Amino acid sequence: MMAEEKNTKVAVPELGKTAEERPKWDNKVQYLLTCIGFAVGLGNVWRFPYLCQTYGGGAFLIPYIIALIFEGIPLLHMELAIGQRLRQGSIGVWNSISPFLGGVGIGSLIVSFLVGLFYNTILAWVLWYFFHSFQDPLPWRDCPLNQNKTGYIEECAKSTPVNYFWYRVTLNITPNIIDSGDLQWWMVICLASAWGIVYICFIRGIETIGKAVYVTATFPYLVLTIFLIRALTLPGATEGLVYLFTPKVEVLKDPKVWLDAATQIFFSLSLAFGGLIAFSSYNPQKNNCERDAVIVGVVNSATSIYASIPIFAILGFKATSNYNDCLDGNILSITNAFNIGDQNVTRENYDSWLNHLNTTHSQEIEDLHLKHCSIQEFLDQSASGTGLAFIVFTEAVIKMPGSQVWAVLFFVMLFSLGLSSMFGNLEGILTPLLDLHLVPKWLPKEAFTGLICLIAFSLALIFTMGSGNYWLEIFNSYVGSLPLLIIAFFEIISVVYIYGIGRFNDDIEWMTGRRPNLYWQATWRVISPLMLLIVFLAYIVVQVQQPATYEAWNPNYINFPMTETLDYPGWVFAICVLLSSVPCIFIPIVALYRFIQWIMRRVHQSQNRSPCENHAYEPELQ
Amino acid sequence: MLARVLLALSLVPALALALCQPDGQDAYKVRLSIKTALGANAYEWNESEQFLFRATLAFAMRKYTGQETFNVSSVIVCNETPRVSFWFVVTNPNDTTTLIPKNGVEEAIRLSRNRINSAFLLSDKTLQFVGIPPTLAPPSQPSLPVWLIVFGVVMGIVTAGILALIISGFIQRKKKEKTIEDEEEKQERIMENGISFETLEGKDGVNNGAYSHDEDRLTQL
Repeated sequence: MMAEEKNTKVAVPELGKTAEERPKWDNKVQYLLTCIGFAVGLGNVWRFPYLCQTYGGGAFLIPYIIALIFEGIPLLHMELAIGQRLRQGSIGVWNSISPFLGGVGIGSLIVSFLVGLFYNTILAWVLWYFFHSFQDPLPWRDCPLNQNKTGYIEECAKSTPVNYFWYRVTLNITPNIIDSGDLQWWMVICLASAWGIVYICFIRGIETIGKAVYVTATFPYLVLTIFLIRALTLPGATEGLVYLFTPKVEVLKDPKVWLDAATQIFFSLSLAFGGLIAFSSYNPQKNNCERDAVIVGVVNSATSIYASIPIFAILGFKATSNYNDCLDGNILSITNAFNIGDQNVTRENYDSWLNHLNTTHSQEIEDLHLKHCSIQEFLDQSASGTGLAFIVFTEAVIKMPGSQVWAVLFFVMLFSLGLSSMFGNLEGILTPLLDLHLVPKWLPKEAFTGLICLIAFSLALIFTMGSGNYWLEIFNSYVGSLPLLIIAFFEIISVVYIYGIGRFNDDIEWMTGRRPNLYWQATWRVISPLMLLIVFLAYIVVQVQQPATYEAWNPNYINFPMTETLDYPGWVFAICVLLSSVPCIFIPIVALYRFIQWIMRRVHQSQNRSPCENHAYEPELQ
Repeated sequence: MLARVLLALSLVPALALALCQPDGQDAYKVRLSIKTALGANAYEWNESEQFLFRATLAFAMRKYTGQETFNVSSVIVCNETPRVSFWFVVTNPNDTTTLIPKNGVEEAIRLSRNRINSAFLLSDKTLQFVGIPPTLAPPSQPSLPVWLIVFGVVMGIVTAGILALIISGFIQRKKKEKTIEDEEEKQERIMENGISFETLEGKDGVNNGAYSHDEDRLTQL
């Protein structure tokens, strides 16, 4: 029977194909660059160096690489393999494995959409800074003058020009999250341009993404290298690098370090978004996904380490500059107070002068209120996330000669890093929707992608309000964290235990020509699910212990320019919980729905048995 | 007669010194940081430089008041230190025992600050009049903010690109439809055994209900 069917299949030649053929990558390089671009994002530049520095420098690489080997690469391989084999987006893949698992795909879709909303807003901010990098002098260098031109604006004078430019000029932030403020028109147009640029690359799905990615995935490496060369020649660079990489091995005893390493690897590789599954579904089936996974994983981690070198060299330069400024301020005070000749007190002999004056005129020295200058203190002022890019780094750039060039390069690099990650997010939305045939035939792909971008833009207008930054932090912490862990856990359990590890091994042997070896077996079956479970539980424990607070920028705060720590109001916290749970809730909902459907069908079948049906003639199934 | 004149003359510098008091009501302190400003090209501060200072200040007073009676002798300097810092006062040319009030001096200096600075190759920061804040230069504001220009350029390119891609996609689709129509016309002409190919097109043979079985997606019960 099987043979006959096969023959009939062969006898009918394939006629003119309609446009339903699945799109595919032009070449392997496109596919690899897209996956690398998706994995390598803003977090590699502004999260990893911060973690490295906080958790004992070079010692942090140990838990990081262990997490990469036992959690990151196995999960990556699994996603790429399952997408390649089943040739569907995230919803289709999990539906194919078992209809009860459709919710996992829907969860991925929702997370991709929500993350895409706020991620592109960050790109809008990057664009805003990029537009302003063409001015001379850079607008965040000086405070603007106040109304009657007698002094600087108070908010700026109390904090720093860089802070003022970020919080007031860019965000126009409100003092708390309840006070929404208005839509900031300049942010709206930046957001529109960000979505416009995303749309242009995303307009025909992987056809246009594949071309765009040649630039967006490779340009950051070029800029990082330029920065590396420049940064290493700056004074104070070595202090920064020593500070970053000095291993403090005793930090490894703290379990939080291991937790952060595992979460960092997980989020850095952009797992559980459905984007990787979508990308690999456009591959030919006979493709070595094992090698692809190892390449993507290793390149992602190598990029993180490579990026942290110029970042910390520049931070070291900034700390040295600040330290020198602090010293110079003290030297001027002493010179003026004691009428010592100009330039007689230098940075080198400052300490000996100070000691000498302390013994002779200690009271006057005390009255001067000299600042305590410590380079360690300035080095400790590092930051992660938007703080690193828009406050710390912009301050460093002002002090570098040729500031405009470095600012432009930096922001273009951030933009292309973020853009290639956005592609993955959007493909994680587009591919499942296309596979579910939810798109009417008459609607061209360009219009559908345009519709997705338009809807996302309208929803993201929340982040352009005065309180937008607070909402973005909420989305960042609650959407881009817990749901992903849950989805990834269900993914690996489904593939290994529901689809069947034996069947999966056979598929990979058919696709790559080699059966997965002991490393993959051990990690897929036991180690990775266990690690995910531990990370998930530890994450919950840590989150529950932390109070639900946020940092607000309030010029009327007593301790301004320190940020004010406020509690989330009840309704905001409810939204946080909703954001975390809605993607995950679809997993049990869909399972329940299918279960009910199955029960109804069974009941229907048992009622509808026709007395004439003779089951003896029902053929055996293959 | 001669003795009285001599006495009067000797009193003048003493009087002058009495007029110039550090922390006096109408006195100003000046600080110069020549080495900081000029580095290797720094000049030595001596009597002649001091003379230039007094002359410049007299010039400033003349410019401000419009009276051409101010002279180098109207400016009295005292308490010089190696920092290079000193105090000075300006006496009224009509009555050398009274001083020009503080705001008058301040306004005069403010008016000619630039000229005073340039005379010494210094800036507001390195030639410091203690108590007179440096004039803040207002930031230059071009008619159209620069960032809007860059934004306009970027948006123009993006819009042009989107339109180009949409139009090219439209044209491609029209072309594809046309080729599919042409192929269908060709296929209709191919006949075999009188049975048109079309009836077999796209189907895996003819569906025989006896052999229909459940899709093996779901595991069998």
